[in-house]
Amino acid sequence: MTGSLTLRAGLLSCILLTAFLVVWHLATRGAGVAVEMDPEYAALMGATATQGVSAMPGPLEVGATLWRHLRDPFYVNGTNDMGVGIQIAYSIARVGIGYLLAVAVAVPVGFLIGMSPLMSRALDPFIQVMKPISPLAWMPLALYTIKDSGLSAIFVIFICSLWPMLVNTAFGVASVRKEWLNVARTLEVGPLRRAFLVILPAAAPTILTGMRISIGIAWLVIVAAEMLVGGTGIGYFVWNEWNNLSITNVITAILVIGVIGMILDQMLARLARLVTFPE
Amino acid sequence: MATFDDPFDSSRTLTRRGCSCGRHASQADHDAAAAGEEARLTRVVEGAVMRALFPNDATRRAFLRAVGTSTAAAAVASVLPLGLVTEAFAATGPLEKTDLKVGFIPITCATPIIMAHPMGFYAKQKLNVEVVKTAGWAVIRDKTLNAEYDAAHMLSPMPLAITLGAGSNPIPYTMPAVENVNGQAITLAMKHKDRRDPKDWKGFKFAVPFDYSMHNYLLRYYLAEAGLDPDTDVQIRAVPPPEMVANLRADNLDGFLAPDPVNQRAVYDGVGFIHTLSKEIWDRHPCCAFAASEKFVTEMPNTYAALLRAIMESTAYATRPENRKEIAAAIAPANYLNQPVTVVEQVLTGTFADGLGNVKRVPDRIDFDPFPWESFAVWILTQMKRWGQIKGDVDYAGVARKVFLATDAARLMQEAGLTPPQATSKSFSVMGKPFDPADPEGYIASFAIKRT
Repeated sequence: MTGSLTLRAGLLSCILLTAFLVVWHLATRGAGVAVEMDPEYAALMGATATQGVSAMPGPLEVGATLWRHLRDPFYVNGTNDMGVGIQIAYSIARVGIGYLLAVAVAVPVGFLIGMSPLMSRALDPFIQVMKPISPLAWMPLALYTIKDSGLSAIFVIFICSLWPMLVNTAFGVASVRKEWLNVARTLEVGPLRRAFLVILPAAAPTILTGMRISIGIAWLVIVAAEMLVGGTGIGYFVWNEWNNLSITNVITAILVIGVIGMILDQMLARLARLVTFPE
Repeated sequence: MATFDDPFDSSRTLTRRGCSCGRHASQADHDAAAAGEEARLTRVVEGAVMRALFPNDATRRAFLRAVGTSTAAAAVASVLPLGLVTEAFAATGPLEKTDLKVGFIPITCATPIIMAHPMGFYAKQKLNVEVVKTAGWAVIRDKTLNAEYDAAHMLSPMPLAITLGAGSNPIPYTMPAVENVNGQAITLAMKHKDRRDPKDWKGFKFAVPFDYSMHNYLLRYYLAEAGLDPDTDVQIRAVPPPEMVANLRADNLDGFLAPDPVNQRAVYDGVGFIHTLSKEIWDRHPCCAFAASEKFVTEMPNTYAALLRAIMESTAYATRPENRKEIAAAIAPANYLNQPVTVVEQVLTGTFADGLGNVKRVPDRIDFDPFPWESFAVWILTQMKRWGQIKGDVDYAGVARKVFLATDAARLMQEAGLTPPQATSKSFSVMGKPFDPADPEGYIASFAIKRT
């Protein structure tokens, strides 16, 4: 039955996709009403103005552009014009560094907060205030203090991925079942062993959930951050094509961003499955 | 007179308005074709010296007429070693640094900075310059203040604002060269094509690229002249140029005073029409500038001089109309402006579609002229004061000299043992109203609509 459910779901997905593409194609088919113009004047104008072509590209154009980008993803035509593969590599590197730094901070601090009610109470107000701040609001401050746009972007990723992990780790550690801790105590397990052999495995699923939320947020934020600072990255690519009012390229970039985001999320989902345990 | 013309020619005027006679373009042509780079460099320095000696153009011309050009040149050379000044400007010491980063915003104002890269003007000065496209003015300011960029393309009011600490911390800033004059326009949405009188624009939403920009001051001036208070009768927002056309299409804006290629792009996409070129408001107004922190200028004088020479050469090349198509093709690709070539070409050649079905021919729609006149700075400061961006007493001449005239003409003259010009000011008119740089407060007081 599950096999047929998967099959039916897949079939439905395909139908939805096809329907969407057909509607998109029909909606963006150029009206094709050529406006009467002086040929000299028309030569100076774009196709939108002269032939009434919709500014919104159709699925075929987007497909062609996507294919063009994917066929040659690593070209370098100068500082400001590089292939989409290189841009994504820059973005992933920034997300990776910022995210790993956040893991290195959030997990130990989360442990501390989870294990000590005192620290939990003391740090709570700070966390509550810092958590809802949009990471991009940090950008001007980061640019001013760090004095390097690349590091500022990494800092913004760090700060946005920190909170979900911190909160989840603390929650996971705090809600380890009392029986297990008591058993450990009865067996006279040292605090370090207790932390690594009892609490960590017990809290791991919750911690991984926090990490999965964080990577999603980090990937959302990097695009916006790169649009702001420019230079390199997929966000810069979107900004550069927006500058050129090239909706086709922007849609292509959106698709690529979506696929990469999905891959990152699935990687952490796999990891989370490894540490889950049946109770 | 353009910076590259002969200052010893009595038939020429030293002021910038000389080109309105229409002779400028072809004359620059003619001269540039004849003169090599050395000669052009000499011209720039000679022009600066003559301006110093004869702040008043009429005196200079009278002097030249009275004694004759060659006598005048010999007489001036006997007291001021022009050759030495020129040499100082041309001398290349060892470069302190050859790998430089220069930031730019993708608009045609940055043409000299951008084209120097693909067309090899930086390479000729043995500089390995990376021109980096930047998302907005605030970012370019921060990155330059961070020393991530060695120099950058800025709006000419920005170095003044940074130096005064308006909108940022005060940091000594210099603006050694103006990049372009003219080259902006007021673009309105197509639905307003029958409302061409600014008196009817009450309630409009306008965009300008930045608060500290010529665009902001020119638009405010234009509206105020029509009796509209730019703060209460209309809304003026700072919108980054790339977002302007998209917002105009989405009906979020009624119009903007923007740098090109944004205006032409709005026409190209059938979204708006060009209401008026900025040259109609103030002919040969400055717009964007090449700026560097005082630290870079003082710590790396040779590198800085080489960079400035590259920009000067590049600007001189851009002044010649027959080069404009080649330049448009060089700066249009994705690495630089990322615009269709025809859009950039229409801006640079001045043969353009206005969005209302007419093809206009305005050869000086945009021009390039590096000399940073001090009186430009004074005018900008008066407008900052007029609209309440700076408060209290302003040392107009002092700040203007510090920022605009901390230029090479002056610095290199000092090195050669000369007294830098006391006044390189000139008066000009904005919308027919003359501006006297000697009386900035009186000028501000003469406006009915102001925030002081």
